[in-house]
Amino acid sequence: MSCPTVALSCRGLVKRFGSVTAVAGLDLEVMTGECFGLLGPNGAGKTTTVETLEGLTRPDRGEVEVLGTRWGAGADHRLRQRLGVQLQETQLADKLTVRETVRLFASFYPRPRPLEVVIGLVGLEEKRRARVGKLSGGQRQRLALACALVSDPEVLFLDEPTTGLDPQARLKVWGVVESFRARGGTVLMTTHSMEEAARLCDRVAIMDHGRVIALDTPARLVASLGGSQIIELRPEPALEAAELSGVPGVARVEARDGTLALSVRDIGSVLPVLLSELDRRSVRIAELRTHQATLEDVFVHMTGRALRDE
Amino acid sequence: MMEGGGMSDRADRRPHPLLELTRVRVLEFVREPEALFWVFVFPVLLALALGVAFRNRPAERVRVAVTGEGVAVARMAGELGGEPSLEVQRLDPPAAAEALRKGRVDVLVEASGSGLTYRFDPTRPEGTAARLAVDDALQRARGRVDPVETHVLPATGAGGRYIDFLIPGLVGLNLMGSGMWGIGFSVVVARTRKLLKRFAVTPMRRSQYLASYALSRLLFLTPEIAAIVGFGWLVFGVEVRGSLAALTTVSLAGAFAFAGLGLLVAARPTTIEAVSGWMNLVMLPMWVLSGSFFSSDRFPDAFQPVIKLLPLTALNDALRAVMNDGAPLHATWSELLVLAVWGAASFVLALKLFRWK
Repeated sequence: MSCPTVALSCRGLVKRFGSVTAVAGLDLEVMTGECFGLLGPNGAGKTTTVETLEGLTRPDRGEVEVLGTRWGAGADHRLRQRLGVQLQETQLADKLTVRETVRLFASFYPRPRPLEVVIGLVGLEEKRRARVGKLSGGQRQRLALACALVSDPEVLFLDEPTTGLDPQARLKVWGVVESFRARGGTVLMTTHSMEEAARLCDRVAIMDHGRVIALDTPARLVASLGGSQIIELRPEPALEAAELSGVPGVARVEARDGTLALSVRDIGSVLPVLLSELDRRSVRIAELRTHQATLEDVFVHMTGRALRDE
Repeated sequence: MMEGGGMSDRADRRPHPLLELTRVRVLEFVREPEALFWVFVFPVLLALALGVAFRNRPAERVRVAVTGEGVAVARMAGELGGEPSLEVQRLDPPAAAEALRKGRVDVLVEASGSGLTYRFDPTRPEGTAARLAVDDALQRARGRVDPVETHVLPATGAGGRYIDFLIPGLVGLNLMGSGMWGIGFSVVVARTRKLLKRFAVTPMRRSQYLASYALSRLLFLTPEIAAIVGFGWLVFGVEVRGSLAALTTVSLAGAFAFAGLGLLVAARPTTIEAVSGWMNLVMLPMWVLSGSFFSSDRFPDAFQPVIKLLPLTALNDALRAVMNDGAPLHATWSELLVLAVWGAASFVLALKLFRWK
């Protein structure tokens, strides 16, 4: 089609709440038709950034543009008509039915999608007449999604759309987002889950302490670790990271709390060599785990902290 | 990005936002059983209780205690006892003094060597009336002749009883209470659930959101008032002297004023506790001062200008004018103006101050 255009952009975004700097200078560009993820722990500034783009918060410094329009320039009302938003913490009115809720949101927009279509999209047809208070957590998330989609938006803002959902519900939600993308929509989403980011997002920005610390496609971010697989090892007696970095096939070794994480390209070839090396040094293995490298590992690599706060 | 949906859905393609918001308000209200109780059942129960407690009793007999010994005293007590409006008992002085002190008798007649002495409490209306009634009975029994011939025609009419005074006051109180609490709670609950924030990112017009509360209040008006007025008419025979149209218009003005005030009070608070505190602060003075239960004229003159400007006072006065006095609508123009100004000013201020996050 046409050359890619910028759907959303932030330049030098700064936002403070009292003495806390939530966003400390952020640049971002989301292209039309892209699904863009903001990944980071709680307090990273993701929600503040998204709320600024949604027009809920005014930045202290910096410029924000949504679909070529700035907030507060007299075009707010018309801009809101082109957006769909799902806020995680919203609790919809318990006493209304699914259909009544979607109908209410539909009434705010000039050209809403038909109610039954939207309700069908999120798989709530059988619950059309059920009261919101009687829905499960997953069903409520899907209802919130329906309310965001009823406006037939160009840009969809999703805030942790599958947090707290069981695997089946997550898949359903992912399906809805993918079908929205297929129709040419742009998505900006925040998430905790590297799985979700890896699955849905074309590009991911990893945020920490109000800044973007990495921005790329999920695949390239993982590749930046040097190896697509991770061996986690707890040796006794403990070893320094440097002692194992010489093992062939190991791209990087990091120490985390007495555990060594080795980034390798191929577990199958590295593992035997590693085990014999440990045996040679008479080092016992207290724990050994392996997994595919994920964005979580990227985050840990960049910040030394875990993505999920335990 | 238009999609072909089912043909039946094209008809409900775009419901009007203000109507939809109002519809949602109504649905939420009728699906909340407690709200229905407080708005419809409670005022009726209150009217019943107060109406019974302050019911018109047949003219009470004056309670007289006679002290003193001797045949002459006994004869006098008998003469007084023959009067149908007097209830006489003979007591010894300490018992009689005690009964007077505690209000169990209205007047004490002391017969002693120096004649008759009336003891009563002049600050109690019953005391003064009792003394006059006993004196009248005694003087006539001893042969007083009144030069002017008079006839006595008792007239007890509906319209002047306490219950007639009370019902409009309860209507006013109900309009204030259900308007303010209903709106206050709904708004703050929506705010705490982050629902207002969710609406803030849509193109919903803020003024329409607020207006939907006012509109839903106006809709509920009719059943609420019908319940109280209907009850008053059925059980106590309280009449609406004025036209129903005038009653409805005054009530609409009242509901409008309190809808605005309710929105204003609920514009900023972020917790139920906070909004409850503010609501009480705003409503309690009106509960006391605005003449719902007793006339606001009882307060000193210095207070009157302020009292008259309170919205509940204006509403109660207008309601009484229509219901008790049968006044035409235009006679209540000053009260309606007070209500209209309160409603409009509160609404505008609420819109400015409203916290969406």
